Parts: sequence; structure tokens; C-alpha cells
Amino acid sequence: MVGMAAPQTVPVQTPDVGEVPDVDRAWVTIVWNDPVNLMSYVTWVLQKLFGYSRDKAEKLMLDVHHKGKAIVSSGARERMEYDATRLHGYGLWATVDQP
Amino acid sequence: MMFRRVGDECVARFVPEVVDVLRQCLAELAAMISNDPDPDDPAVERLFPDVYPEDPAQEAEFRRFTEDDLRSAKLDQAKTMLADLLDSGGEVRLADERADLWLRALTDVRLVLGTRLGVEDDTDLEAEIDAAVGRNPSSAHVRQLTVYQYLTELQGSLVEALIG
Repeated sequence: MVGMAAPQTVPVQTPDVGEVPDVDRAWVTIVWNDPVNLMSYVTWVLQKLFGYSRDKAEKLMLDVHHKGKAIVSSGARERMEYDATRLHGYGLWATVDQP
Repeated sequence: MMFRRVGDECVARFVPEVVDVLRQCLAELAAMISNDPDPDDPAVERLFPDVYPEDPAQEAEFRRFTEDDLRSAKLDQAKTMLADLLDSGGEVRLADERADLWLRALTDVRLVLGTRLGVEDDTDLEAEIDAAVGRNPSSAHVRQLTVYQYLTELQGSLVEALIG
């Protein structure tokens, strides 16, 4: 994370967590609910692709399930396109938007 | 017929009839992906969703650079799962990376089948199967619903086995 005064600690295999969103023109990757994908699978994919904890991935999955969609990552546009493509590789329904 | 964790691997044993069903599903998926998929086919739309659904020009540009890769990745994973099955003699042992690939291929098969069957969030699969059996127990519809239900359970068992 940018702006932390403390010395950086060693990250534990979280290559995709902590990307710095461009606050001015942040883009987002949205995962949409679909009737086919299993809740356990969606949780696992979010953990795997974004390095999220099980709790965080589960919360996002439940948002997708109950609210119809959830923002799963935010940042530079190219990065969001990359995320959406990876999600499509796993069969999740993802779009990119600039809210 | 379901996956379970054995040491470092996810293991399942399939009887020949089930291998046949899986093989057929994967072959159909591979054919659908490789034979110039029809972009208006809802199942194709679900496999290759729009990243920019509200901006056709941007979407076309994005697809121009990404769709071929996504398509060949999906084709490769379907073919790899197919080859694993045929080589397995019925007992499949998947290291984690391979289980990941199988999950992706199974997802694609289920997305296509689920779309064709019109599966919705509130679909009661058991009730659908009962109703379809009532109409004609040997119909293709009964078979598709049953296969879909089996694939759902199989995928669930693989997720569980992989998480450990």
C-alpha cells in the first residue's frame, strides 16, 4: 500500500491485493450473478484470482448472489480488462465500467 | 463418482457410462468453440460475455485483441480434460493445477447446458426432472437435466476436494 510510513512487511502471496486504484479515474471490474455457477466455486475463483481472504471472497460472492453484482476489483482500466478476461476464463460473468 | 481429497490430489473414479457422458459434453463444447461460434447464440454469449455491454464500439475493439486467446484457452482446457478422461481408464487423479483446469472446463460445459436448459436462479432441478420424467422418462430433456445435475454435483465435489 502506498503512503504507509512503516517499513513494508513481507506480503504472503497476495500478488493482486493492494493494487493502487487511480482515484481520479478509477475503473472497476464487476461480477454479475448467474444461475449456473456454484457459490463455492465463485468464492474459490475470487480467492484464486485476486488473492482475497476466504472471508472477503465469500462476502463478495454473497453480494453477487443477493444484490445481483459486486465490484471485485478497481484500478487502471487495462488492469480491469485483464481481470475481466481472467474471470471469463473461469466462466464468471464480468464487465468493466467507470462509475 | 465424485471427487475427494487423497493426499496432494483430487481423486474420482468414473464408470465407463459416465466417462462417455463427460466425453460427449466436452466434445460438444470443443466443437461449439472451434466452429466459428455464433455470437447470437445465448450459450456463446455466456461463454464470451461482453466486457463493455453498453459500448459496442469499445466492445468490438476489446474483442479484437482478446477473444482469440480466450477462445483457444477454453478450447485447450476442454481438450485437456477430455484427454485426461480418456487416458484415465476411469480413475482420475488431479494435482491442484489440473483440478483448476478441470473446474474451468466443467464450468463451461455447465454454462452451455444450463443456458440451453433455461436454468434460472430459482430453478428447482429435482422438480424439473420429476416433471420431465412424468412426461417422457426416456426423453432427451430428462437426460440433459440429469446430466446437468450430475455435473453440478461433480463440480461441487471438485471444489471441496481442492479446497481440502
